[in-house]
Amino acid sequence: MNDTLDVVLRLVAVLVVFLTFPLLVGQAEHKVMAHMQGRLGPMYAGGFHGWAQLVADGVKFAQKEDIVPADADRRVFQLAPAVALLPYLLVLIVIPVGPNGFVGQTVDAGLILVLAVMGVGVLGSLMAGWASANKFSLLGGLRTAAQLMAYELPMLLTAASVAMAAGTLSLPGILDGYHWWWTPWQLVGGLVFFTAGLAELQRPPFDMPVADSEIIFGAYTEYTGLRFALFLLAEYAGIVVLCALTTVLFLGGWHGPWSGSAGWVWTLVKTALLAFVVIWLRVSYPRLREDQLQKLAWTVLIPLSLAQIALTGVVKVVIS
Amino acid sequence: MPPIPGSGLAKGLAVTLRTMTKRTVTAQYPDTQPELPPRSRGVIALFEENCTVCMLCARECPDWCIYIDSHKETAPPAAPGGRERSRNVLDRFAIDFSLCMYCGICIEVCPFDALFWSPEFEYAETDILDLTHERDKLRDWMWTVPAPPALDPAAEEPKEIAAARKAAEKAEKAAAAAAAEEQNAAEQAAPGQGAPERGAPERGDGQSDEQGKGDA
Ligand code: SF4
Ligand code: SF4
Repeated sequence: MNDTLDVVLRLVAVLVVFLTFPLLVGQAEHKVMAHMQGRLGPMYAGGFHGWAQLVADGVKFAQKEDIVPADADRRVFQLAPAVALLPYLLVLIVIPVGPNGFVGQTVDAGLILVLAVMGVGVLGSLMAGWASANKFSLLGGLRTAAQLMAYELPMLLTAASVAMAAGTLSLPGILDGYHWWWTPWQLVGGLVFFTAGLAELQRPPFDMPVADSEIIFGAYTEYTGLRFALFLLAEYAGIVVLCALTTVLFLGGWHGPWSGSAGWVWTLVKTALLAFVVIWLRVSYPRLREDQLQKLAWTVLIPLSLAQIALTGVVKVVIS
Repeated sequence: MPPIPGSGLAKGLAVTLRTMTKRTVTAQYPDTQPELPPRSRGVIALFEENCTVCMLCARECPDWCIYIDSHKETAPPAAPGGRERSRNVLDRFAIDFSLCMYCGICIEVCPFDALFWSPEFEYAETDILDLTHERDKLRDWMWTVPAPPALDPAAEEPKEIAAARKAAEKAEKAAAAAAAEEQNAAEQAAPGQGAPERGAPERGDGQSDEQGKGDA
């Protein structure tokens, strides 16, 4: 009985995090982006500096008509947003927040699960692009596919480097083996992982698949109302997951002063800082052209991640 | 020294971060009114009393969006047996702001200073027909017209003032000449006796008198 209650409580907690954190990131994006551009951002919804803007947006989305194009593949078209969103919920369950089992569910091969499930998220965009019966959507979908191919590899390689260093695939296990000097040691890997993750999420400057000035909105062109909102939510949930994952793998998760009692605060702070960086990058850099985007992945990120693996191997052999 | 690779990327990040810490430049318009320059073209205001219904504005308007109706009124002759006097009375003056392109030609062309630019700009309507504004509305906007800006210190004098000043100067000269003549005559009449005491106040009086005439 107690075990069931425990599981239910953990799942509810994960669900709450899943529903609130993306909104926090979204609101932070509104505000940070505005101030970085010398603007104010939303100021009215909710009274104080427009804190309820995203809630109001949600209400607005819910009121809109849900349209499926006549020629669309109905079933696939309607399923796509769920396929895009749900993987991030699954990933959140296995991300350790604090020491001593402060995690939704410990999974032995957590790293593999996380990377595999996150790959599914991109499938949502592919389905949307294919099922919309719209050439711009299809173009967006194909670009998504190309981007997925290019950036999944460096992401996996750098994650593998961390797993090698820790000698385990379990996320809490990796954190248990963490020492502060891992961060400089795995620095290159961390940068590559974070960049590749951004590209997977199709965040600017890697938002070629949704380049609204060229292909309208890529795979999401035909979506309206709640389904469109789900895609947006998936993007922000993806930011949360990516930042949390980078924190766990490369920044030492809950490690920090007083990590015994306040470990989860460290995780949250590091994740929030990374989310800020995600927004910051979006404001600062222009969109990469399709060929530049591919070139970056194949000629920079993959060699760097291979070098990181080699370095990890060498250090591992030297210290053992 | 060649730039460090990637320094451009860092510079970009620095720019956005610096902007974030600075004050924003947003003007919160509906809450705070914008400070418009005095020559803003918001809407056209009508000063009815100055309008003689000459119709120049309506004729010059490229969009033909000024509507003027008038009728002629006759007044009885000033003197018995004289001719009746007639004058135009304005019945309707309306501008259709859905057609107006704010070229300002009507204001430019009005010979009697009856049309003005007002900086008022919040007169949107939900129905395009409501954008035809009648004379009372145009008159209401008249009170929002700012005072004309002061003249440039080096500018040419306005014609009216220059003419008045010239007239005043002329009158002053004439008065001075007259006073001098008078004094000469007085000196000849009573040489060497009491001339300075009498002459001074008289000349002063005469001068101020003449000056007053010249100004009027
Ligand atoms: S501003 Fe131009 S278009 Fe408008 S009423 Fe005057 S003359 Fe006509
Ligand atoms: S030009 Fe001036 S005086 Fe003549 S009708 Fe128009 S507003 Fe009246």
